[in-house]
Amino acid sequence: MRVPLAIVDYEAGNLTSVLNAIQFMGLQGVVTKDPKVVARADRVIFPGVGAANASMAVLSTSGLGQAVKDAVAAGKPVLGICIGCQIILDHSEEDGGVDCLGILPGRAVRFHAEPGLKIPHMGWNQVEYAMPHPIFKGVEDRSDFYFVHSYHPLMQNHADVAAYCVYGKQRFASAIYRENLIATQFHLEKSGDVGLELLRNFCRWDGKPC
Amino acid sequence: MLTKRVIVCLDVRNRMVTKGVKFEGNVDVGDPVEMGAQYSRDGADELVFYDITASAEKRAIDIEMVKDIAKHVFIPFSVGGGVRNLEDMYDVLLAGAEKVSLNSLAVLNPTIISDGAKAFGRQCMVLGLDAKFVGVSEKFPSGYEVVIQGGRKPMGLDAVKWAKHAEDLGIGEICVNSIDADGTKQGYELNITGQLAQILTVPVIASGGAGTPAHICDLFAKTQADAALIASMVHFGTYSVQQIKADMLKSGLPVRMQR
Repeated sequence: MRVPLAIVDYEAGNLTSVLNAIQFMGLQGVVTKDPKVVARADRVIFPGVGAANASMAVLSTSGLGQAVKDAVAAGKPVLGICIGCQIILDHSEEDGGVDCLGILPGRAVRFHAEPGLKIPHMGWNQVEYAMPHPIFKGVEDRSDFYFVHSYHPLMQNHADVAAYCVYGKQRFASAIYRENLIATQFHLEKSGDVGLELLRNFCRWDGKPC
Repeated sequence: MLTKRVIVCLDVRNRMVTKGVKFEGNVDVGDPVEMGAQYSRDGADELVFYDITASAEKRAIDIEMVKDIAKHVFIPFSVGGGVRNLEDMYDVLLAGAEKVSLNSLAVLNPTIISDGAKAFGRQCMVLGLDAKFVGVSEKFPSGYEVVIQGGRKPMGLDAVKWAKHAEDLGIGEICVNSIDADGTKQGYELNITGQLAQILTVPVIASGGAGTPAHICDLFAKTQADAALIASMVHFGTYSVQQIKADMLKSGLPVRMQR
């Protein structure tokens, strides 16, 4: 049986919010820990809050990490959120360093300390589009989205950056993409109407970046 | 630029949002799910739901209500009141809340902060700190004492010292409520809020005393607070969140406007 949308549950925090948002818009989705369900899905959301280290351990042993890689390789639309945006990189500096899925070349690095700068970066901040990605359709550039994170993606290739955000004096990649893969550091499921709009766009997306 | 947050607080009793009115006790002002969704549309950056009778009735927070809110509200919200242990915190977060708010429990048993931070991450742990002005002394260098039970019970702890300790234990955010200013509508207590925002590395939310949009602008102009908690000024329709934010924008503050 085909699955329209699989939300990957790798024990990285609460996935209820993502499913709630999908259902609120009248769309179908299942939360799953089963790589076989991910394999049957038309599109995949890879969310998560929590720590990179613990997440990678679960992804490796469960086979879910490979399932996400396979979905990306198969050309299915795949959306990473928060930790899901970091764990698709080569490496994360969190918890002393951990190798990640290596789907996109880059690393998750911690914000530099600045006087008066609070870490985690928590709250609403403007997302600056670096390109006209289909999931941004209908949502104005520099709209505010909700962030909660201490680490952020540092990409090897600027061409993989879909959006930026500025915190203190630091400009970081707040959304990254390549072909059928898009990932946001901000929480679409907690960003009110604009977040829901991006989620809806993802659910309609054919996986072509432009 | 990170915006200054406006957080709407909803006190809930028997599944109804309730608001204390001086000399008249509490009046019910609406359904928590509907009101939460409405404030979200009105531009609130975050919501807080306090189950105000759970503690006194020695029961857990109304989890079904939390689940219901999470199905209809897609901005961050925290839940407090009646959190007794790690299991309660887990239930609240799994039901869809972004954060859990701790108050008396953390004062009486500070290890709950480190245990919670380890289990769920510090970003989802908020400390509610009720502070009362007692004057600067050797015992209270900040001039403010930590109180619990709605201000009835002084704890002999300096407010700033306690906040710093809670931060070291792993709290993610501190909401400072001035017992003296609460309900006065004369503005936030800028002294203790300013001290905490200055010294802490975690975000500080000011609570208690807001009566007009000018009070909120004043808070952000004079302290480094990250967020302002409001309740009655919007519950009775005196102001909308949009109006408050328009005034914040006019005074030059970074603020998220609905488009």
